[in-house]
Amino acid sequence: MDTQDKTPIYNDEIVKLFTIATVFWGVVGFLVGVVIALQMAFPALNVGEYLTFGRLRPLHTSAVIFAFGGNALFATSYFSVQRTCRTRLWGDSWSKFTFWGYQIFIVLAALGYVTGVTQAKEYAEPEWYADLWLTIVWVAYLVVFLMTLKGRREPHIYVGNWFFLAFIVTVAVLHLANNAAIPVSLFGTKSYPLWGGVQSAMIQWWYAHNAVGFFLTAGFLGIMYYFVPKRAERPIYSYRLSILHFWSLIFIYIWAGPHHLQYTSLPDWAQTLGATFSIMLWMPSWGGMINGMMTLSGAWHKLREDPVLRFMIISLAFYGMSTFEGPLMSIKTVNALSHYTDWTIGHVHSGALGWVAFISFGAIYHLVPILWKKEGLYSLKLVNAHLWIATTGIVLYIASMWASGIMQGLMWRSYDEMGFLNYSFVETVLAMHPFYVIRAIGGLLFLIGALIMVYNLIKTVKGDSVAFKTPGQNLGQETANA
Amino acid sequence: MLKHHVKLEKNSIFLLIGIVIAISVGGIIEILPLFRKETTIEPVKGIRPYSPLELAGQKIYLREGCYNCHSQQIRPLRDEVERYGHYSLAAESMYDHPFQWGSKRTGPDLARVGGKYSDEWHVQHLIRPQDLVPESIMPGYSHLVNRAADLDNIEEDLKVLRIIGIPYSDEMIANAKLDAYAQAANDSEQHEGLQARYPKANIRNFDGQTLTSEMDALVAYLQLLGTMAELKDYHPAPTTTAGDSR
Repeated sequence: MDTQDKTPIYNDEIVKLFTIATVFWGVVGFLVGVVIALQMAFPALNVGEYLTFGRLRPLHTSAVIFAFGGNALFATSYFSVQRTCRTRLWGDSWSKFTFWGYQIFIVLAALGYVTGVTQAKEYAEPEWYADLWLTIVWVAYLVVFLMTLKGRREPHIYVGNWFFLAFIVTVAVLHLANNAAIPVSLFGTKSYPLWGGVQSAMIQWWYAHNAVGFFLTAGFLGIMYYFVPKRAERPIYSYRLSILHFWSLIFIYIWAGPHHLQYTSLPDWAQTLGATFSIMLWMPSWGGMINGMMTLSGAWHKLREDPVLRFMIISLAFYGMSTFEGPLMSIKTVNALSHYTDWTIGHVHSGALGWVAFISFGAIYHLVPILWKKEGLYSLKLVNAHLWIATTGIVLYIASMWASGIMQGLMWRSYDEMGFLNYSFVETVLAMHPFYVIRAIGGLLFLIGALIMVYNLIKTVKGDSVAFKTPGQNLGQETANA
Repeated sequence: MLKHHVKLEKNSIFLLIGIVIAISVGGIIEILPLFRKETTIEPVKGIRPYSPLELAGQKIYLREGCYNCHSQQIRPLRDEVERYGHYSLAAESMYDHPFQWGSKRTGPDLARVGGKYSDEWHVQHLIRPQDLVPESIMPGYSHLVNRAADLDNIEEDLKVLRIIGIPYSDEMIANAKLDAYAQAANDSEQHEGLQARYPKANIRNFDGQTLTSEMDALVAYLQLLGTMAELKDYHPAPTTTAGDSR
């Protein structure tokens, strides 16, 4: 690379690979989600030994969180760290290793799930050998990211990169601590985790809640901080707010895990701490939402023209909604009703579909024309169709889960005038059926939306037509030459 | 504050250190004290490590992902205590690596399912739940019946668990394989020693076939759940509502 050249030659090949992987795993993850949603509505769909709900559910969660979400984070962080540091991504072979290494991890984990190889810890199901492999890949990711930051030609580290760095580092810490285990044999798949009982529960939910906090929140805020200003062609609303909500978010999030263990055998003090910090978390969460949305100040009209920006802003709205719902559900009396029900599932999906997936779709629609050097997307109409079909799907999903969750919670605690429980458990299961059907339809709509995206992206890459010039495409170059 | 923040923004290592400090505090404060077991786990009599067959059953429970739909944690709420029994105590899951408290009740809680149904019910229900509970949405697990439980190297599992801190004795480890097969047999010289090593263990042929199957192991595990603790030592008060200080 010629250091005299003011415009660095970015490594976009690696971003392309991760973008393709994001779209591919996204479709796989959504598809498995629809399948297991249908299994809950129609249990006859549990066919054979390998494709039961118990084995496919981890496949779904891992595919959407780690395969779709993870690849989206790799793609966007590698893309934006180069632009914001104005330097090429450090270590071409290292970044390539993170790509293939991460895909191998996904396949290793997925093969394990269907064949019954699992640690049986939610969102940490991969067994010890896959965990070790992921550790190596993740260290390489951290090295690539840090070395790129070190080689930056900007005095300041951009706020998006704070979030990416916090995400990478914290996920490493969580992964190592939660997955500490001893394998029964070096040639076998089974291991026993070091932690048991109460400690196991606390460490697991410290891990799992912060997988939400740092993987699905901090990482995706990193995406938001680069792609929303870029798309809107406006600077971030408030620099002070960025600082304030960054540090408060990462400090407070880590405490919130015990709200998953309200009224359990976990000591009360830990439950109370978890709930308290969960409520405090509301403010830093909304700090991020406000900072993102207000970036559109003076550019709101762009929402009318640009459905990609619309994806990003709707994602922030869902982010705001689910980060309000979360603290609400962590309050003990609410949790007594909501815990163990579909309300939690609905809550997760308003965040996962509404926030995580939508901001990713926005970023992908922005990225693909740039990466494949096209002037714009094949069809904005199709982007818009994707947006509204997927949004309808999300609304069906979360509304049906609110209804079924709250209803089931109330049925469980319902008494007759004689003081007996009103419903047997299975009566409450029966009552869920219509909502499970609606949920599956919602998920199906979401999947259809994603398939429309795939079609649109393929057409874009093939260069069939030009609909809309991607804004901000040359901005990096302009500032570089300024 | 903002002036000093520039230092972090200009040095990636300072920023990294700052992040590590910020994310460490909460975890340390919430997690470390839990390892002082005398303040975390109430002393309850009767809790013992799983017998080899029960352990093999738990492995099947984990493998099939039962935890995705069944909790093993009864909360001290009136309806739960009435529906499932005494609320769960920390001690009852102290030998679970990992814990199986769960997070979702698509099916009912299983913390105290042991002894509530017959072996025949469990076997039938696991093969095809809808035969016994037509409205059930649980998958069938007929493959458990004809497959031999993986017991020949079960002492290796016990050894690893002992390293982790589960009090398996030399005697338990030496007898692991014999105990495992004996527990699912109706007749065995091993039974006396097995019962002494693992009090309250259910010892019988669970699925009625000569093969010591995965079904035997899983039902042995399920029939044990929630039956170990001597709950009579405990005040039965199911809930402490406001105003009830006792």
